Amino acid sequence: MAEPEPGLARRRLLLAVPLGIAGLAGLGSMELLRRMRNGTYNPHAINDPRIGHPVPDFSLPAQPPATRGFSSADVMAAGRPILINFFASWCVPCLQEAPTLMALHDSKTIPLWGVAYQDAAPAASDFLARNGNPYTRLARDDTGTTAINFGLYGVPETYYIDRHGIIRWRWAGPLTEETGIGRLHSLMAAYP
Amino acid sequence: MRRGAWLVILVLLAGLPARAWAVTDPSEMLPNHAEELRAEAIGSQLRCLVCQNMTIEDSDAKLAKQLRHIVREQVVAGKSNKQVIAWMVARYGAFVRLRPPFEPLTWVLWFSPLLALGVGVGAAALSRRRPAAPISLSDDERARARALLEP
Repeated sequence: MAEPEPGLARRRLLLAVPLGIAGLAGLGSMELLRRMRNGTYNPHAINDPRIGHPVPDFSLPAQPPATRGFSSADVMAAGRPILINFFASWCVPCLQEAPTLMALHDSKTIPLWGVAYQDAAPAASDFLARNGNPYTRLARDDTGTTAINFGLYGVPETYYIDRHGIIRWRWAGPLTEETGIGRLHSLMAAYP
Repeated sequence: MRRGAWLVILVLLAGLPARAWAVTDPSEMLPNHAEELRAEAIGSQLRCLVCQNMTIEDSDAKLAKQLRHIVREQVVAGKSNKQVIAWMVARYGAFVRLRPPFEPLTWVLWFSPLLALGVGVGAAALSRRRPAAPISLSDDERARARALLEP
């Protein structure tokens, strides 16, 4: 076949450019979806201003079955990284993440501290009796003020706190193997 | 026809709960009218983190209600509008502001109208300077076109 005329070549280029842009946009979207699945990208969290800062000051009362709550001083004194998980008995995704949290508890990878968020104490302890209690320490945030100081906007949310009490990572939504648990080891290596 | 009437009533009712709460609830308002107006002005610049395209003044999410309350507390305590917004930004990031600040992260956003205008003007200038050359066909193509056109 003869070489296409310059005019025709330009037309092909005109077609190729939008196709190319659409293709690149598709690849970009696939990458975003991949990152959403493995927990490195959360579309709702534009930025997390609390990352890199110490946990806010708080002191929370006990959530049964625990007999004493915990405070920011306790977090600082832990001397090792911990996960703080906000949950509630009225929260469906919390039910969804319960098996993952139990598996994490059984693996003894990292201590999990729980905060019952705006929940009736008996309802929260019922929830733990039914679905297992993965928490080494348990407190309750009735007013939700501590949660707001963490920058929480829904339950469940999980924060990785290093041994100096600095928030290093946060996940808004249920924890699964892909969203977070898989990242724990690299977090623990980077921020012991 | 009766079913149609019921449908209309249902649709009308569906719009009600959204109006019933929010700032129209008098128990949430500050007794001092000037302070209440200032709190509303601040709150209407803040995004509800639960239903992300509503302000905390409009939303009846529990968190929005709490944030409204915090705004009012701080207004009564004499905090400036800037201080209240900074308090929110420290917890939820610049995302919480419905009117985004002018900073390196948002430059593209703020300049996007100018960018779009530039692209448009550029395209117009280009098309003016170089009117599209009529497409000339080679002999082969001419023959193919004829074969396609002729019955």
